[in-house]
Amino acid sequence: MTLLSVENVTRRYRLPRKSLLQAGPMLTAVDNASFRLEAGKTLGIVGESGSGKSTLARMVMAFERPDAGRILLDGKDLNALAPADLRALRPRFQIVFQDPYGSLDPRRTAGWSIAEPLRATGDTARAEARVAEALEQVGLRPADAAKYPHEFSGGQRQRIAIARAIVTRPALIVADEAVSALDVSVQAQILNLLMDLQDDLGLALLFISHDLSVVSAICDDVLVLEHGKTVEQGAADQVMAAPRHPYTKSLLTAAGLT
Amino acid sequence: MRRLPANLIIGGVLVAIVVGVAALSLVWTPHPENAMNIRGKFAGPSATYWLGTDQLGRDLVTQLMASARNSMAVALIAVLLGGSIGTVLGLLASAIGGWVEDLVMRFADISFAFPTLLFAIMLAAVFGPSLQNAILAIAFINVPVFARVARASANQIWTREYVFAARAAGMGRFAISRDHILPNIAAPVIVQATIEFAVAILAEAALSYLGLGVQPPESSWGRMLSEAQTLMYLAPQLAIWPGLCIVTAVLGFGLLGDGLRDITDPRLARER
Repeated sequence: MTLLSVENVTRRYRLPRKSLLQAGPMLTAVDNASFRLEAGKTLGIVGESGSGKSTLARMVMAFERPDAGRILLDGKDLNALAPADLRALRPRFQIVFQDPYGSLDPRRTAGWSIAEPLRATGDTARAEARVAEALEQVGLRPADAAKYPHEFSGGQRQRIAIARAIVTRPALIVADEAVSALDVSVQAQILNLLMDLQDDLGLALLFISHDLSVVSAICDDVLVLEHGKTVEQGAADQVMAAPRHPYTKSLLTAAGLT
Repeated sequence: MRRLPANLIIGGVLVAIVVGVAALSLVWTPHPENAMNIRGKFAGPSATYWLGTDQLGRDLVTQLMASARNSMAVALIAVLLGGSIGTVLGLLASAIGGWVEDLVMRFADISFAFPTLLFAIMLAAVFGPSLQNAILAIAFINVPVFARVARASANQIWTREYVFAARAAGMGRFAISRDHILPNIAAPVIVQATIEFAVAILAEAALSYLGLGVQPPESSWGRMLSEAQTLMYLAPQLAIWPGLCIVTAVLGFGLLGDGLRDITDPRLARER
């Protein structure tokens, strides 16, 4: 069965009004986007800033609702679920953010943050052992659980964020620009880590990035967004080899891939 | 280590003196409180009475110390009470949003339209002169102040990625408020509490001056002022000393609050 299915999803925002009597104009952040992601596969969503890719990520995480369309995980419509049912489904899909300095609460230890998804679902049996295991899976030491975020480097923090995302054994991880804020050498390490984890745990990755070179390296399929519209969609190697849309071509040129 | 700002140091010293004197009065005063020596009234400074005596022959230093203690107690209870309620309201407004947020913030707007001291005086007058009502009145005027500070700070924290991570984890908004929002808004709330402490001391003095605050035989700087005002030409020092104490305490807490804000507010820290 398809793990994640996004069907004709549209999201509009109202911009601030420009004159007193007129309501602000509407911005269509995501316009009729559709895709499927199978278990264990990687889908890349590419676009420049403002293309709607992060809005799409927030909708997949059910942080906000689409104005039209459906998002199904395990065949369940995220926006039709009762709050308690959505909460019960949360361990199945997790997210890793861009900013390794903003994604960990500065006042909580690494271990506390990693255990949060376990506490949220009341699944606290052997929490300590599972946190230690997650830390080892991302290449950190179990003793690091007692440290605070400021004691880690940016790359290490991103590893902690990944540990938090995998501690519940999810089927899907949304990586929202997860390597964009890191140095190039650290980027490669984190990408390798994500791919290793994908092999070991059978994760599906929804990999959101502005960087086509990163996406082409790890994704099975790609979807290219421009101003909320899907301009190209298909197998990654196909899109890379023979881009049909001028926007994709310009992204390829910008990434130095042609 | 960065150099500490001057207002923090001066404020800290003044607060330490006032709080120290107030604490000392719990265990020791030069003379027993309210001990009268009618023959020795209006005495000048001496080895026995360091600052002299008042119209009933009571030791001025003892009265000032006891007043410091009463003032601190009133301000502490009132700010803690009003601050806790206000902070919780601000957190709830931020967590729930919608009409709850609108309601809390409009309530805050309305109470801001009244001058703080006048409002406390009005409340104390309506509910009758007693220490308890004075504390409640001062606590009440603190509620909207803290609700605003807490809500504004909380709204910022709600946009942080670690809060989104907590939402992705399945945490509810009240659990997030407790686990992430409250610890991360503690700094601005504590700064506000220090500043409001100064306002509360002034409010207590004003209420007591009007007879709506600390009741006899307990002493208070405000009460000392009101008793001394008819004797201004005879014994001006009886008004000057409590006045100086009020200024010292208010200035001390005000400066301390400003200094704490300077070192905890990242926007200001970056400019230096």
